[in-house]
Amino acid sequence: MNLPEDDDAPVRRRHPFWLAWGRLLRHRLFVSGLVLFGIILIAAVFAPYLAPTDPDKLAMRFKFLPPGADHPFGTDNFGRSLWSRVIWGARLSVLMGSAVVVLNAIFGTLIGAAAGYFRWLDNPLMRVNDALMAFPAILLAIGITAVLGPSTIDAVLALAIVYIPRTARIVRSSVIVLREMEYVQAAVAAGAGHWRILRRHIMPNAMAPLIVQLSFLFAYTVLAEATLSFLGVGAVPPTPTWGNIMAEGRQYMIEAPWIITIPGVALMITVMGLNMLGDGLRDVLDPRLRIQQ
Amino acid sequence: MAGIALRRLLGAVPVLLIVSLITFGMMRAIPGDPSAIIGGISATQEQLAQIRHELGLDQPAYIQLLTWYTGLAHGDFGRSLLMGQPVLQVTMQRLPVTLALSAYALVLTLVLGLLGGIFAALRQNTWVDQAAMMFSMLGISVPNFFLGLLMIFLFGVYLGWLPTGGYIPLWQDPVGWLRTSTMPAISLALLQVGLLARITRSTMLEVLRQDYIRTARAKGLPRRLVVGKHALANALIPITTVVGIVISLLISGSVVTETLFSLPGIGQLLTQAVLNRDYPMVQGGLLLVTAFLVFVNIVVDVCYALLDPRVRYESP
Repeated sequence: MNLPEDDDAPVRRRHPFWLAWGRLLRHRLFVSGLVLFGIILIAAVFAPYLAPTDPDKLAMRFKFLPPGADHPFGTDNFGRSLWSRVIWGARLSVLMGSAVVVLNAIFGTLIGAAAGYFRWLDNPLMRVNDALMAFPAILLAIGITAVLGPSTIDAVLALAIVYIPRTARIVRSSVIVLREMEYVQAAVAAGAGHWRILRRHIMPNAMAPLIVQLSFLFAYTVLAEATLSFLGVGAVPPTPTWGNIMAEGRQYMIEAPWIITIPGVALMITVMGLNMLGDGLRDVLDPRLRIQQ
Repeated sequence: MAGIALRRLLGAVPVLLIVSLITFGMMRAIPGDPSAIIGGISATQEQLAQIRHELGLDQPAYIQLLTWYTGLAHGDFGRSLLMGQPVLQVTMQRLPVTLALSAYALVLTLVLGLLGGIFAALRQNTWVDQAAMMFSMLGISVPNFFLGLLMIFLFGVYLGWLPTGGYIPLWQDPVGWLRTSTMPAISLALLQVGLLARITRSTMLEVLRQDYIRTARAKGLPRRLVVGKHALANALIPITTVVGIVISLLISGSVVTETLFSLPGIGQLLTQAVLNRDYPMVQGGLLLVTAFLVFVNIVVDVCYALLDPRVRYESP
């Protein structure tokens, strides 16, 4: 077919990514979320420069110092600098959250797409999925860490196992709808293979709900990881995580309330930032789910 | 109606079977042997072997699984290794604590979440709406143990109004129960209040835009009646499905809340059981709790079908 060339020439074609980005930057909640999570991200990335003091360095002489010039966030019961511990805790939270999100993006998509696309796989995969989702989330995570042992990597695996079924379910429900679309049937009729149909025709259209889910998932993961380490089944002390700093600080709540407050506020900023990013992404990418503004 | 209930109950069978297999497999995969915990450090090899034999741990895994299933079929959930009592009995002793706490938190969730969401929707884009949405954003973002710690500090330690932990059963002393349960219930309800308020608001806004609402207003019905009767009734239908999720989140959240406030409930029981490798306790307890949650979801689904005839017609 010969289309006149100037038909689309004057229109500046922009990649859909930039179109969405432009709309996101006009979304107030998204930008607020970006700022909040940005603070934590900067702390995580530049931890070695921002907090050059070893977070595990003991200095009993300086214990329970309130926040001040030398120790911006004060010190804990071992005289360790809370500034260093909270910043290194941020790095661990962000790393663990990202790892769980990546694992979910890979395995949640694979399982969800397989169950949604191949009818014969749907039942067996979804029954296992339902069973994993039926457990109370935190108890399942505690059980898995008991099998794997308490460590950072094992906590990541436990949280991934807890959350992958939820991601898979969301991918599956998009794929089931898309599978029946006429353009997919046209692709089948044209002789496209399963892999090509899934990759070229189905998955690109299932991305929006997945991205929204993953941004909220990041928030849940950070929260759940803090909960596990607060209960003492996550990363092992002295590795600083917000959860275990708060668990230790609990006994010294009266003489040094900053030990529980500062990591708690850091945790809140992270989770709130991620939730706001999720709200923004949902409004822009997935208009069906939009909460009316 | 009975058809839907029956179909959902049958559908729960394979799920519970897989749940039992997962719990069984998980407990067998835990490194370390419970005999070491029972026998103590001083136990000799023969004593350990004796304990293992008594527990049936020297049998192959499939025999252990079959023994467990045979017991389950007879209503025998096994015996806790640490407490020496039947799992069912221990669970039933602890269950009222968790159920009373969850019920308290559920009431808070429904009252605050529904009211917050409804008022936000009715006053869309006003300061009421923005304040309600700000609070629900805080609700879903503040970790419940952080709020719990702050409340313990403020009301328990600093002001000394409420006890910082411990438990008084509801039927023994209702006032004492309220004093010990209020802070845990608030910290437990926080997340769900935020979630429910957000969902209620968006559902209400959706319903308020419908034609039948405009018609009701146009024919002169007072706004109070339209909102209270037409809009609310229709908005509550999709919201019922959320209740199942809320209950599941409450039970999951009670693990931390009970540990934080030292309440002797199921969450605390199972956390300790996992950490002590009391595997009959974990296996039986997790199965009971999960079966309970599956059952709650079936009840929610049936209620949903009762409330919304479309669901009944669509799925014969």
